[in-house]
Amino acid sequence: MDFQYFIELFFGGLTRGSIYALIALGYTLVYGIIGLINFAHGEIYMVGAFTALLVAGLLGYIGFPEGGILIVAALAAIVWTSAYGYTMEKIAYKPLRNAPRLSPLISAIGMSTFLQNYVLLAQTPDFVPFPMLLPEIDGILALFGDVLGPSDFFILVVSFTTMVVLMLWIRYTRMGKAMRATAQNRTMAMLLGIDANHIISVTFIVGSALAALGGVLIASHMGQINFGIGFLAGMKAFTAAVLGGIGSVPGAVVGGLVLGLAESFTTGYVSGNYEDVLSFCLLILILIFRPDGILGKRQVQKV
Amino acid sequence: MKPVLEVDELIQDFGGLRALNEVCLTVHEKEIVALIGPNGAGKTTFFNCITGIYKPTSGDMFLTVEGTRHRLNGRKTYEITALGMARTFQNIRLFSQMTVLENVMVGCHCHTHAGILSALLRDRRTVREEQDTIDRSYELLKTVGLERHWEDTACNLPYGAQRRLEIARAMATNPHMLLLDEPAAGMNPHETRELKELILRLRDEHNLSVLLIEHDMSMVMSLSDRIYVMEYGSPIASGTPEEIRHNPDVIKAYLGESRDA
Amino acid sequence: MKRIFKALLVAVWFMVLCSPIMGLHVNPDNSISFLWERLVALGIGIFFASLVWDWYFSRVQTSAVHMHMPKGVTATLGLFKQKKTRGACLTVLLLFLVAIPFLPVLGSIYQISILISALIYVMLALGLNIVVGLAGQLVLGYAAFYAIGAYTYALLTTYFGFGFWICLPIGGIMTILFGLALGFPVLRLRGDYLAIVTLGFGEIVRLILLNWVGVTGGSHGISNIPKPGLFGMELSLQSNTIYLYYLCLAAVIVTIITISRLKNSRVGLALQALREDEIASEAMGINLTRVKLMAFALSSAWAGFAGVFFAAKTSFVNPASFTFMESAMMLSMVVLGGMGSITGVTLGALILILVPEYLRAFADYRMLLFGATMVLMMIFRPQGLITGERRKYHITALEGREEQA
Repeated sequence: MDFQYFIELFFGGLTRGSIYALIALGYTLVYGIIGLINFAHGEIYMVGAFTALLVAGLLGYIGFPEGGILIVAALAAIVWTSAYGYTMEKIAYKPLRNAPRLSPLISAIGMSTFLQNYVLLAQTPDFVPFPMLLPEIDGILALFGDVLGPSDFFILVVSFTTMVVLMLWIRYTRMGKAMRATAQNRTMAMLLGIDANHIISVTFIVGSALAALGGVLIASHMGQINFGIGFLAGMKAFTAAVLGGIGSVPGAVVGGLVLGLAESFTTGYVSGNYEDVLSFCLLILILIFRPDGILGKRQVQKV
Repeated sequence: MKPVLEVDELIQDFGGLRALNEVCLTVHEKEIVALIGPNGAGKTTFFNCITGIYKPTSGDMFLTVEGTRHRLNGRKTYEITALGMARTFQNIRLFSQMTVLENVMVGCHCHTHAGILSALLRDRRTVREEQDTIDRSYELLKTVGLERHWEDTACNLPYGAQRRLEIARAMATNPHMLLLDEPAAGMNPHETRELKELILRLRDEHNLSVLLIEHDMSMVMSLSDRIYVMEYGSPIASGTPEEIRHNPDVIKAYLGESRDA
Repeated sequence: MKRIFKALLVAVWFMVLCSPIMGLHVNPDNSISFLWERLVALGIGIFFASLVWDWYFSRVQTSAVHMHMPKGVTATLGLFKQKKTRGACLTVLLLFLVAIPFLPVLGSIYQISILISALIYVMLALGLNIVVGLAGQLVLGYAAFYAIGAYTYALLTTYFGFGFWICLPIGGIMTILFGLALGFPVLRLRGDYLAIVTLGFGEIVRLILLNWVGVTGGSHGISNIPKPGLFGMELSLQSNTIYLYYLCLAAVIVTIITISRLKNSRVGLALQALREDEIASEAMGINLTRVKLMAFALSSAWAGFAGVFFAAKTSFVNPASFTFMESAMMLSMVVLGGMGSITGVTLGALILILVPEYLRAFADYRMLLFGATMVLMMIFRPQGLITGERRKYHITALEGREEQA
């Protein structure tokens, strides 16, 4: 019986962790390319969840077939959120490319505040119920029955597939290679004919798309959303990114899973009240003692 | 002649890369010593080690000030500066938004004492200390010939003047040992000549020992008492300018084809 | 023509971009409202904004002109900079501030309590300015220190019956202790990491206040916090508010004097140097950790004082007053006013508090505007509203020569 509880917590943590990992990837990609902590990334995720909610509502209203709603809503969320990411970069970060290091960070904080209140004002300050969109898969249920919720399984499959595709994309495609080159040395990449502005835009688009996917998945898992969910999710995903070593793509995945498991076990065995405190403490401790994370590389300061 | 800076078998590894390999170097009182070598030979790394910015892998470093010999290993950068070793930077690192005078005043930091409390109370001692700092900084600006620019913002100075301001700022810390990292880089021949005179004057007026990294061979040859040559992190030769000029290893590794460089 | 076409394109892009979130609304009964008029308004707004944006950047590219303040403002500021006129201006301003409670419209309790909160924010913004503006260390959890100050007073007065005047220094000491405990390990971190760590700290403090129900009352907070008394006299609500107003005014004046003295001192100079270049300032013999810690401690102490005043003013505290939004708001005051500038930050705080208060139309959009302010300031005027606040130095040698001449 205890073992089953353990397994339950384990899969719960894995599910949660895979969502953190999806969002963390956005932080890590952007950080890798332009060295900026994109503070508004959590809000991008929240916008993704809201877009999905609204599109799903619209589709339900006009009587779209049930089974298609999830796919169309998720796709719409991904497309629109990517557009948000792209626009945000053009407005708030691109003009600051050569500004002192703190300027884009402050701009990002401003953007985050702006997006939160934009959704608050345009929609509602209250929590809104998110439609149950995830399919319940009976065959699998029979196998894992008690330990794995139906939506958990779906989240795990979707997020892991996405992550594998992303890694292959970065590893083998032309664009992925250009991205890695830009991350290593932007000036050199530009000299070799890579359009850095284009790469940066693509990075924001990919990061936002991943966040939107995470937003749709977790919103249907949790069942309700409001304008503020991006802040906490963003902080946790950032913790995950730092935990794994910010700038490292596999690091973000590992970090997300570790954080998800740590939270799940604390909630299960200690107390649910201090779950968020735990992740914030973890974040502070990692930044103090091992700022390069689990898979990050140590950097030598240049003088 | 008594030694001021002694460095013994200094090794600095970065991961698998050995940036400095058993570097030994001594600078005596009132001596001007040059450190030369091709780009990437580890000269600036050497400066960063002895000023405490990097932690060397092994080796010993000593600074002798007024008869006391201080071991530098494990000391923080600001402690080393306070002991009496100041430096300038290869890629100028001025406080660019502050005024010229303020830049030098910051250099006086380690020899003044006013803390937060006295700053808030502004008692007579604090006010006097502040005025002394201002006047002393102005005097230093005069020494390097920047007194007319004292109210300008540092980043608006021309390149050569910025290098001289860095020297004035370093002098404000009251050093016995001055480290100059490519002080003549980007200067025209006239400015270089002035710089040479400035270094000699500072040495004489302040009993200074100088260690400089420089690529301008005519300046190195005419200014320095002794020269150390480095290549790939290892010292390959040392001696007077005349000896270095004729050292076959140096000619092969560094001066290359030309004998009279 | 090309520009207008481009602006049109941008407007259409934004209308499409915002179409789900601004154009749709799911009602509780699952029906959908379409809000076309909002989208159209947005499109028109964006069209003009885009024209301005484009015009600005083309001007920057061709002639490298920066945005200038309107002439009148510059002239007023110039007047302010001259010593004689400055003295007169300050006296008039001070007299006005002192006289406010006795003026007809402004003197109502409602107006005065708005002014009190504006003054508290001025204190907070100036305190944050020490560490963000002078030392260039981005701190995002400033509300945590504010909360610690407020709860120190709230808890000490509820559990032990301590008065305001004892709690004011205790609040300051508590925040200094917390500031040192946090600052010691984290101040050597890089700028952006420091921002995140302090943000995390801010959230931890808030979550503990929220979850430690037995002591802090959780989300219900603590109520019935007494206002400061005047030599043991019982004051009516009216006079008590006025009294608190004067206390806050005095506190702000003390703050301004303290911080301008700090800014011009040896430590202040070191702080500005490390903002410009940490490595160079360490090579100049500045003990970075120590100087940063001093700045951090002083800055948190000010948040603590402001917290005690806040608790006294509202007589009720709960964790909802100390969210990240609060920290972001204080940061935007510093950014708007001009990092490091005392006049600027004071002005920034007053603008951001009083404008939404008096222009009711803005009140709902307050946080939206704060966010936009931060982004736009960074792009168009990163140095803030007020700049060039430079200290005059007098050189003995030069003055002697001038006298001779």
